[in-house]
Amino acid sequence: MKNINDEHLKELEAEAIFVMREVSAQFENKVLLFSGGKDSIVLVYLARKAFWPARIPFSLMHIDTGHNFEETLKFRDDLAIEFGTELIVRYVQSSIDNGRVVEEQGVNASRNKAQSITLLDAIEELKIDVAIGGGRRDEEKARAKERFFSHRNEFGQWDPKNQRPELWNIFNGRKHSGEHFRVFPISNWTELDVWQYILNENIKLPELYYTHKRKVFSRNGVYLAWAPFMQLKPNEKVFETDVRCRTIGDITCTGVTLSKAESLEEIISEIAATRVTERGGRYDDKRSEAAMEDRKKEGYF
Amino acid sequence: MVSDQGIRNWKLRITELMKINGKGKNKSLLRFTTAGSVDDGKSTLIGRLLYDSKSIFEDQMEHIVQSGKRLGREELDLSLLTDGLRAEREQGITIDVAYRYFATPQRKFIIADTPGHIQYTRNMVTGASTADLAVILIDARKGVLEQTIRHSYIASLLDIRHIIFCINKMDMVNWAESVFTKIKDELTLLTVKLNITNAHFIPISAKHGDNVVDQSSKMNWYTGKTFLNLIETIEIRKNKNPDNKRFPVQTIIRPHTTEFHDYRGYAGRVAGGVFRPGEEVTVLPSLRKSKIKSIDILGKALSETISGDSVTISLEDEIDISRGDMLVSTDDLPVISQDINLMICWFNERPMKVGGRYLIRINSNEAGCIVKSVNYRMNINTLENDFENRSINMNDIAYITIKTSKPVFFDSYKKNNITGSMIFIDEGTNETVAGGMII
Repeated sequence: MKNINDEHLKELEAEAIFVMREVSAQFENKVLLFSGGKDSIVLVYLARKAFWPARIPFSLMHIDTGHNFEETLKFRDDLAIEFGTELIVRYVQSSIDNGRVVEEQGVNASRNKAQSITLLDAIEELKIDVAIGGGRRDEEKARAKERFFSHRNEFGQWDPKNQRPELWNIFNGRKHSGEHFRVFPISNWTELDVWQYILNENIKLPELYYTHKRKVFSRNGVYLAWAPFMQLKPNEKVFETDVRCRTIGDITCTGVTLSKAESLEEIISEIAATRVTERGGRYDDKRSEAAMEDRKKEGYF
Repeated sequence: MVSDQGIRNWKLRITELMKINGKGKNKSLLRFTTAGSVDDGKSTLIGRLLYDSKSIFEDQMEHIVQSGKRLGREELDLSLLTDGLRAEREQGITIDVAYRYFATPQRKFIIADTPGHIQYTRNMVTGASTADLAVILIDARKGVLEQTIRHSYIASLLDIRHIIFCINKMDMVNWAESVFTKIKDELTLLTVKLNITNAHFIPISAKHGDNVVDQSSKMNWYTGKTFLNLIETIEIRKNKNPDNKRFPVQTIIRPHTTEFHDYRGYAGRVAGGVFRPGEEVTVLPSLRKSKIKSIDILGKALSETISGDSVTISLEDEIDISRGDMLVSTDDLPVISQDINLMICWFNERPMKVGGRYLIRINSNEAGCIVKSVNYRMNINTLENDFENRSINMNDIAYITIKTSKPVFFDSYKKNNITGSMIFIDEGTNETVAGGMII
């Protein structure tokens, strides 16, 4: 199974490395947005390849909602040490405490949206001029219109109707002070590409991606992981079963998949055969037709 | 409204699919662009491709079924899949380039889906700039229109190697061969005029799926490949610029560690030719010569590297090299000059000014420039050169001459689309205001 689809993966890798090197050359204060999910992990491995034998010239930045799968925090800390990169963490809880964010209430409450404010505050505080993210165009229809180098105005907002044309492999990262860019090196990768790359490159992932026993409950057709701070509706029952995460994000809105896949090969077969998109399990996208577009305009990842 | 039967049929289809995506060895990557207007069936064709190649997922399908109901569409409207922004869905138009992905056992495809109206010429140029192939749709009832000419011209301007003309809506003309032949003959004349060498013609019905994925039973007179079969098998060159060694330096890698104390690598993506350790190269702009000591990626030494690879190159001699410089073969230097003639497409609402100053970015190199003259404006609907009206507004294509603030090195776009292309940046707004192809 190894080295399958080599040719197209090689091209996608070369493109991502090219983009990372452009970031390093065109910007001053650079962070890589690290969520603990597989896409941001792949970014870290790509960054190592792009700059080896020098250190990765970006800090890792995690916007912590406080609603994490615990395993991801340890994984994050270990990875930062292994790759010798600085780790910056900013907390949504701090934004709530200092009144920047009003926490959502009710059973569907999530801090996912609040992350944007914490992120924008961190960008302003640390004078960050570029944040690299693991967003992919195949994930969601608003993302399909996203550029590699995506401009954000001084309010951190995205203007989808006024994006800079992006031709050939020439990226324009010029900006006025106070503005910043979001850069998406793996824009052209699909979910399956990411998994095949993880297999080919022997990339270590949190155990959450493989099958494990977990307490879950079902809501609107999505299985959500249970955690003490989750509020249940009267008809929702918690039960334990074999699941794995297809994406990892804030626990309140990350769905889990019933699965017994123990190896990367099994995961890849499962994904190749699956008929639901990755974000089909993301509760945050189900809120409205343009949920992602709206969040992105506000400064979301 | 979407019928329950329609949904049941679709659900039956899912059961027959599976594993299409994962299998297949050494899949290649084909990037293509589609241009078209609101009602020529472009979105339907893409939707059909994704649907018939089983790349539409259940939740996406559910989503377009629901949206279609809400908007009161009578049939399953696959175009809802591709219109991503709120304004696009509300107005039923495509505004921006959208990228789509699908795979078959043979290939992985990236579609740059661009709107076809004249006011979106800039988006078409953008989509075409990275494409190996262009797909142009023609309504069989209407034949060759101004926009067909425009799209074909842009594909030829951007030097896209293959063009597939899909004569769509054949169901509306009784599947008549004569209609197809007449349009094909007209298009053939157009391709000769535009020097397009690899043109392909397919009669299809995107709505009903004829000749898209499966061979049509209504048009037995057509014996060529279906659309999907053609894009799966069409030859694409992996090493796209095989002849002239070109390596623009993006950034310098100096680890400053004890282990790699003297390491000094030049990071970049090969823009042309093949590089091997031991070979002599010339560094531009200094014109100093050296030999390649090593080519590596993540500590793995490579015996050669070709166009498209991202690598790090080290040289035998210590030469002062920085971002924007280029390693090239000694016996085949690019042009080094401050005077450049080029075709540009203007992207910005503020018109271009003769005498105006802009920044240009060519590969990793940057320079100032002054627009010396507009030699002619291209009328992209009639393919005539306009020497009278030379004011350049958004979406205009023109042949211009610029002078740069320092000597820059380049090839003609026809020779090398990477070292022959550039963008113009407005220094005041930082916007990308034009794309240019060097003549």
